[in-house]
Amino acid sequence: MLQEWVILLVSLCYLGTLFAIAYYADWKSDLGESVISNPYIYTLSIAVYCTAWTFYGSVGRAAETGVGFMPIYLGPTLMAALWWFLLRKIIRIAKVYRITSIADFLASRYGKSSLIGGLVTIIAVVGIMPYISLQLKAVSTSYYVMVHYPDFEMIQEHRVTSIWNDNAFSVAMIMAAFSILFGTRHIDATERHEGMVAAIAFESVVKLLAFSAAGIFITFIMFDGPVDLFDWAGRYQETARLMKLEVLPGGYTNWFTLTFLSMMAIMFLPRQFQVLVVENVNEEHVRKAAWLFPLYLLAINIFVLPIAFAGMLLFPEGHVAPDIFVLALPLTEGQDILALFVYLGGLSAATGMVIVATIALSTMLCNDLVMPILLRVLSIQQVDLSRVLLFIRRCSIIFVLLLGYFYYRFIGESYTLVSMGLVSFAAAAQFGPAIIFGVFWKDASRRAAISGLSAGFLIWFYTLLLPSFARSGWIPISFLKHGPFGIELLKPYQLFGLNMFDPITHSVFWSMFANIGLLVGISLFDRQNTMDRIQASLFIDVYRHSGDTHLWKGKAMITELKDLLARFIGPQQTDRAFARYSSTHHIDFSKDMQADAELVEFAERLLSGAIGAASARVMVSSIVEGEEISPEGIMKIIDETSQVLEYSHQLEEKSLELEAATKELQEANRRLKELDRLKDEFVSTVSHELRTPLTSVRAFSEILHDNEDMGKDERHKYLDIMVKETERLTRLINEVLDLAKIESGRADWFMENIDLTEVIKEAVASTSQLFREKAITIVEMTPTFPIRVFADRDRLMQVAINLLSNAAKFSPSEKGTVTVRVYYKKREIRVEVADNGPGIYPEEQKKIFEKFKQITDLRNGKPKGTGLGLTICRRIIEYHNGRIWVESEPGKGSKFIFSLPD
Amino acid sequence: MNPVRKKIQRLLVLFAFGVLALNYPLLALFSKTAFGFGIPLLYLYLFVFWVIFIIFIAFVAERKKMPKTSYPLTYNRKAD
Repeated sequence: MLQEWVILLVSLCYLGTLFAIAYYADWKSDLGESVISNPYIYTLSIAVYCTAWTFYGSVGRAAETGVGFMPIYLGPTLMAALWWFLLRKIIRIAKVYRITSIADFLASRYGKSSLIGGLVTIIAVVGIMPYISLQLKAVSTSYYVMVHYPDFEMIQEHRVTSIWNDNAFSVAMIMAAFSILFGTRHIDATERHEGMVAAIAFESVVKLLAFSAAGIFITFIMFDGPVDLFDWAGRYQETARLMKLEVLPGGYTNWFTLTFLSMMAIMFLPRQFQVLVVENVNEEHVRKAAWLFPLYLLAINIFVLPIAFAGMLLFPEGHVAPDIFVLALPLTEGQDILALFVYLGGLSAATGMVIVATIALSTMLCNDLVMPILLRVLSIQQVDLSRVLLFIRRCSIIFVLLLGYFYYRFIGESYTLVSMGLVSFAAAAQFGPAIIFGVFWKDASRRAAISGLSAGFLIWFYTLLLPSFARSGWIPISFLKHGPFGIELLKPYQLFGLNMFDPITHSVFWSMFANIGLLVGISLFDRQNTMDRIQASLFIDVYRHSGDTHLWKGKAMITELKDLLARFIGPQQTDRAFARYSSTHHIDFSKDMQADAELVEFAERLLSGAIGAASARVMVSSIVEGEEISPEGIMKIIDETSQVLEYSHQLEEKSLELEAATKELQEANRRLKELDRLKDEFVSTVSHELRTPLTSVRAFSEILHDNEDMGKDERHKYLDIMVKETERLTRLINEVLDLAKIESGRADWFMENIDLTEVIKEAVASTSQLFREKAITIVEMTPTFPIRVFADRDRLMQVAINLLSNAAKFSPSEKGTVTVRVYYKKREIRVEVADNGPGIYPEEQKKIFEKFKQITDLRNGKPKGTGLGLTICRRIIEYHNGRIWVESEPGKGSKFIFSLPD
Repeated sequence: MNPVRKKIQRLLVLFAFGVLALNYPLLALFSKTAFGFGIPLLYLYLFVFWVIFIIFIAFVAERKKMPKTSYPLTYNRKAD
């Protein structure tokens, strides 16, 4: 039997040790060496999840429901599988935007709204109240057990009248003092507490060792190992029934609900968020913690069932509450030292939870509830606010613990540890949807989050918290039995007549239904403003942005920024932060007076570490002149993805256009080059063709000039040649002009309905002189009826005459026969001029319609004509949408055919 | 496939598998008064599954070393 003073002394020594550890870690951290920067300490700090609930309550719950305690630890194990991408993302967001609490996180995500921050804070404070009272209850009960054992009368009767001799109140106050010492020594811009984390990690080791020691003692020393214990347990109806799941009130539904709740709780309880996210040193630590932490849970739970069975076997009368089995069993065996160690383990579990929870809640109360109001209501121009901040936080810690104490004092007696804790879990679960949707779904909007959170919280309040007041007699019990004002439909445990679930499942179902339903539903119909959309994008694409957003457009004076920061986080810290900034960004603050966007943003983040994102935004905008947000900044964040897509789309179109244009250009260039070549050729050919007749005219005129005594006949002959040559020259020039006119499109066309037969007949008539000269037979095979075509009469005549005169030219004299036919074929009107001349080589057949390509005379190899006639013919026929071609074989004459559309 | 995506998919599948294995109806299979190695079947199943699940998480999480992604990066990069 230990003396009371021994227990007190040991307790205080233990707390002193904790403080020494914290102080050492803080001191190391100030030197720049972090003792907590490794995944093992990180894992142990997460184990703050295991509170007095785990330490004492698990055994109690196991004694009532068998495996019913396990979902609380299986849920986090399942959740740990998702940490690597869910938790890591949240950590990254919190670090990039200097998030200091879960309220800050949600406020930042939903448009830096102080309304959300305040709402989350209220939910957290009210929701955690039962949880803190649970710890107080556990500590004070365990103290009474240690002092009065085995006098159970005293333990049961320790209810006291005044708070001044209530040991739970002392516990609360000691813990408050402890939290204040740990958490609010100074205002830090990062809001991290290395010392606290180190102490928590140490506590996690102590509670695991203490519980395991008790477990090993009870299982292996009091009994012959677990097999022996279970063998005993199997013999009694009372214990054997705990080996099945059917003892669980609410059955599998309850099992599922508890798993779900604990999955939410491990992430979103304010203190878990604090150690998991805010106190995280390196996001890489998550990788190891994801399996080390479940391992810790496994280790601390492995002896729960043996201890529960041992307790039930040894205290079958039920005079010892199952919640204190773990302490009562060693005491029964007279193991005072072991019992003291176990008591310390329980104290560790409780203090760890209370310290972290109160620090997290005080940060929230200060940054997200009190400061926004204070900044609005009071003029705080000249005050050193870092002291005010610390004062608010210290008061918040005391306030939170007092709330917990009063809840314990008025409600706690009528509940077991676990059922008190579950009420808090159900409250923390309300944060889950807003955070998970907020991290992955851009459209989750501020109004939707506010509605979802409030609805979930109100339902939780009505279906879990109010009934706890009713059950303790503070509200008439008829409220539970018959509903408020006798409205049966509103009975808090069977809301709207839903009576198939246990109270926890019932509450979780309705609150989650409302919470998720409103969050998703309103988001789908809501229209977000710019700020909300920016914050949503920043959160969801955090790996892409990583902070450099340059949202601020306006300018601020550097000195003003520094003054502002100094008021909140103190001048020393401000100077240090600015010095670091200037050295990494190579900015000399003594020269620059104006802060650029990046520096303003840096200051805002520092500030949001101290007073929360929403307040920081208000404070910084008060000294920044000009527009708050630059349009470029907005574009950069919100529209980056769509912009990039749009841009690449445009780029693609442009490149296709360019490709097409390049092709066209190449084609045009090729044509130009060809035309250029043709022009050169044309010019040189024309000059050549012009020179030949000119030369002969000149030569003959010189002869005539030099020989005045030339005979009359001879002179006449020369003059005759000269006349012929000038005629040829004129014809050539006329044809060149004609062709040029047609090709350039400047020719005048007189289109009319004409009779083709008549045109051909006329052409034959006008060329008949040529045929008579060479005695060539001309055969006309034209229809007797008129053939109507829409064409230029003179031009068609020109074509016909040209073809006929060519035929006359190439047909042999006397034996020559030229046939002219006009006929229909393949829906065309064809005109054919056939001769029995020498014919044309196949390779020449295509060329003859080109300029100056003359047909080599098969007999004497000398070209005849200007070489433009057929080219002109082709142009004319093509103008009439017709074709012209030649069919010929050497030695068998040629057929020139042109066709006109019918 | 992108190794990060692959890892995330593996973890999601692991999670889904865990949720299924630890709920009705699979759990009901073990809810009977029977002993395995002297330990009630339900307890044996839950604890053994727990161990296996932890091994799986460790296996997937530690398997392939991803590029380190700590923030802020500037702490690691010496400003030169």
